[in-house]
Amino acid sequence: MVATREIDLSGTGGRGDRTFRWLVIGAAALVLVILGLVAVTMTGRMGPVFDRMGLDFFTSKRWSPADRFFGALPFLWGTLYTALIALVLAVPVSFGVALFVTQVATPRIRKPMIYVLDMLAVVPSVVFGLWGVLVLAGPIQHAYEHIHDAVDGIPILQSIFGGTPQGRSFMTAGVILAIMITPIITSLAREVIETTPPSDKEAAYALGATRWEMIGAAVWPHSKAGLVGATMLGLGRAMGETIAAALVIGASNGQVTLNAFAPGNSMPAVIANEWGEADDLHKSAMIGLAVTLFVITIVVNLVASAIVQRSMQRGRGKP
Amino acid sequence: MSAPVGLATDLAAKPTWRAAKNTIMTCLMLGAFVLIAIPLVAVLWSLISRGAAVAFHGFPDFFTRTIPVVSRRAGPGMGPAILGTLLCTGGATLIAVPLGVLGAIYLNEYGAGSKFARIVRFMAMVMTGVPSIVMGLFVYVMWTMRFGYSAFGGALALACLMLPIVIQATEQMLRLVPNHLREASAALGATKSRTILTVVVPAALPGIVSGALLAVARAAGETAPLLFTVGAATAYNPHLFSEANTALSVQIFGNATSSFDAAQERAWGAALTLVLLTFVVTMVARVVTGRFALKR
Amino acid sequence: MATEHPASIEAKDKPRTRSLSHAPIPEIRPSMVEVLMNAEVVFEISNLDVYYGAYKAVRGVNLAIRKNQITAFIGPSGCGKTTVLRCLNRMNDLIAGARIEGKVHYHGVDLYGADVSPTVVRRRIGMVFQKPNPFPKSIYDNIAFGPRVNGITDRRKLDEIVEKSLRSAALWDEVKDRLKSSALGMSGGQQQRLCIARTIAVEPDVVLMDEPCSALDPIATARIEELMRELKSKYTIVIVTHNMQQAARVSDFTAFFTAEVDESGQRYGQLVEYDMTGKIFSNPKDQRTENYITGRFG
Repeated sequence: MVATREIDLSGTGGRGDRTFRWLVIGAAALVLVILGLVAVTMTGRMGPVFDRMGLDFFTSKRWSPADRFFGALPFLWGTLYTALIALVLAVPVSFGVALFVTQVATPRIRKPMIYVLDMLAVVPSVVFGLWGVLVLAGPIQHAYEHIHDAVDGIPILQSIFGGTPQGRSFMTAGVILAIMITPIITSLAREVIETTPPSDKEAAYALGATRWEMIGAAVWPHSKAGLVGATMLGLGRAMGETIAAALVIGASNGQVTLNAFAPGNSMPAVIANEWGEADDLHKSAMIGLAVTLFVITIVVNLVASAIVQRSMQRGRGKP
Repeated sequence: MSAPVGLATDLAAKPTWRAAKNTIMTCLMLGAFVLIAIPLVAVLWSLISRGAAVAFHGFPDFFTRTIPVVSRRAGPGMGPAILGTLLCTGGATLIAVPLGVLGAIYLNEYGAGSKFARIVRFMAMVMTGVPSIVMGLFVYVMWTMRFGYSAFGGALALACLMLPIVIQATEQMLRLVPNHLREASAALGATKSRTILTVVVPAALPGIVSGALLAVARAAGETAPLLFTVGAATAYNPHLFSEANTALSVQIFGNATSSFDAAQERAWGAALTLVLLTFVVTMVARVVTGRFALKR
Repeated sequence: MATEHPASIEAKDKPRTRSLSHAPIPEIRPSMVEVLMNAEVVFEISNLDVYYGAYKAVRGVNLAIRKNQITAFIGPSGCGKTTVLRCLNRMNDLIAGARIEGKVHYHGVDLYGADVSPTVVRRRIGMVFQKPNPFPKSIYDNIAFGPRVNGITDRRKLDEIVEKSLRSAALWDEVKDRLKSSALGMSGGQQQRLCIARTIAVEPDVVLMDEPCSALDPIATARIEELMRELKSKYTIVIVTHNMQQAARVSDFTAFFTAEVDESGQRYGQLVEYDMTGKIFSNPKDQRTENYITGRFG
């Protein structure tokens, strides 16, 4: 005998639930809104300087606010060159540290090493800049002088290291940037290296390889692509770094030169240094620099992430 | 049966080029670590030797007195800068953390698989790569140009930097919450929002807190976003929305290039203060992760 | 061999040896039949098909679940038992692409009707899962969760409910001094009893159990079976189980499901036979049922 009775199963509390859903969707959409606004407002403000300069903005070497002439080439060069120097210095060191921490170090040493790397990552960039300009610049100039004398007469090296050594120069900026991006590259390199299948490593050892040979045979092939990605991520970070570079790069405009010891300027550095006394057109020009920097770093970061992602998936055995 | 003659010698380690190469490489790798540890030690050394003297001389003067308007003048303090850093970072945290957590809740709890969620997640990653100077200029255009310099402007700029970091860290933590907890809550008749707020988020909370603290430490040390939004006050300004303010990072940047020794000294003191602040916050974050958070 | 109640069979038959020939079969007495068949119908399942996307996972289920009885779903893996169970409290709604055709009537009301709220459904029809899943909260907060969801905030009332539920789940004496300690610190069997207490704290009408003992040792299992018999008087219980002996021990009605393969090679689940437990185990109508049951004792 089936009895029926009045059962009310209609909903209550649905409104609060729906409100919450819209709240979280809105919060997520905020990311898109902000990025969109950044793109729109910044490109809008760039207008004036591009009306005036056209593509010469990117190709001209002269940056002269007083003459209302803005050629950004020296800063593009400065950003690129300092980042390159930073990579040349940081990459071998980062890879070496990453390999040591993952392959050589016992768990007891590993912990304090990672501690050191973490502490390095926590120090604000302005503190590195401060140290660079007040502590490093002087002594490093002496070092430069020695190198300068040493390369006297040697063709290629002379063009790089042969100029009058300055404490605040591309080279010093490169050194400071290298110190700052090392923790990042190291951390990412560690992750990539750790996806090496243990079976490959064991195979190498079983054939009588030394540790270094095992690294070459098992770790390197698997990590190659990912390490490239890690490097590019470091590159992106080095290019975007403003403050430390601004303090030690020398703030000198107009130099597009291989001379690493010369003072120069980079896109973020010139913005930081010249903003205070800029008029509207000057500001528009600097916003133009900012947008250029934005686009370049985004592209580099995206390519890097894609490479790292793909390499880690392959390392885990996924197609 | 005895072992073949000479086996013991065959198996003994021999000095070969391969073995030597291995040792050299190991030394090089260790050397790389030493190389990177040196700047850390050097910076900490400078901070302590130059900064401690300034910061702790006549304690607590350095932390409470105002910044000398004439930078040539020797003496403390950095009080307004400390307040400014706290205002800007605190304000940014209040804006970015709730919004970031809510956004991450959408990505993990509501959005799984949807195209919108994938786009947002991708854009959040893009946003973490935006140079901080770009965010500073952005807020300059949107806020400072209309409303002038203020701590709030700084907070906005820092919030823009913090938001994607909080979203990514929180989403990772939410993902670690096992699904059977959500099922248990649903089976008891809890609505989705209730399940999220009373079961999922509390379970992920330590990780979320730690991620937020790391974002805070990062924001406290930023300079570029503040250069264009906060201004350069020397007196205390506890007002969030009106009038220029200052911050530790801005002061360090300004004083670093000053030709006056007194200003440079204050820069070191400010740097030490800032580093101590960020270190403490980072330590707390690591302790929270270590002891309370869900493990991978 | 003639015995009254499955529970007493259990008590007399230990320890079991390997050479058991028959599971204890509940004897059917005429008066029992009348009671069972006259019990009110709680769920009326008619021609139920369950789809996951385009895949028809369960086909043509017809079943009536009776009030204050224990109904067991038995059958091999992948035959749809859990799928059908989860339809009864709309938990399948949580799986993307899951939908039903056919009807599920709960006390005469269409459970999948247009203005039926799944959350309200789940407050009346509770569920205990295969693996105990207490919240990472205190024992007290676990039990109080359901009532709080229902709007009860008065501290004293909650205390009462917590004690009552824990007593009903035969857990009170073991945990009454540590209600504030974490639920995760209990053993598996205790955690499952906690989950049962948590489910009955909201005073549902029905308790669904999805293989509640499969993650537990035999002693914990026995305690939970005892609990089920006590809870029967207040709740309607539907249990999915892999363990035929458990079904025979504990349930009043048994539904035997099996997996079939259709013409295109697709596997699907189907209800084969549904009857009083005694009949299913002593005199099944379908050959497949008999094969399954006797196969266990081979």
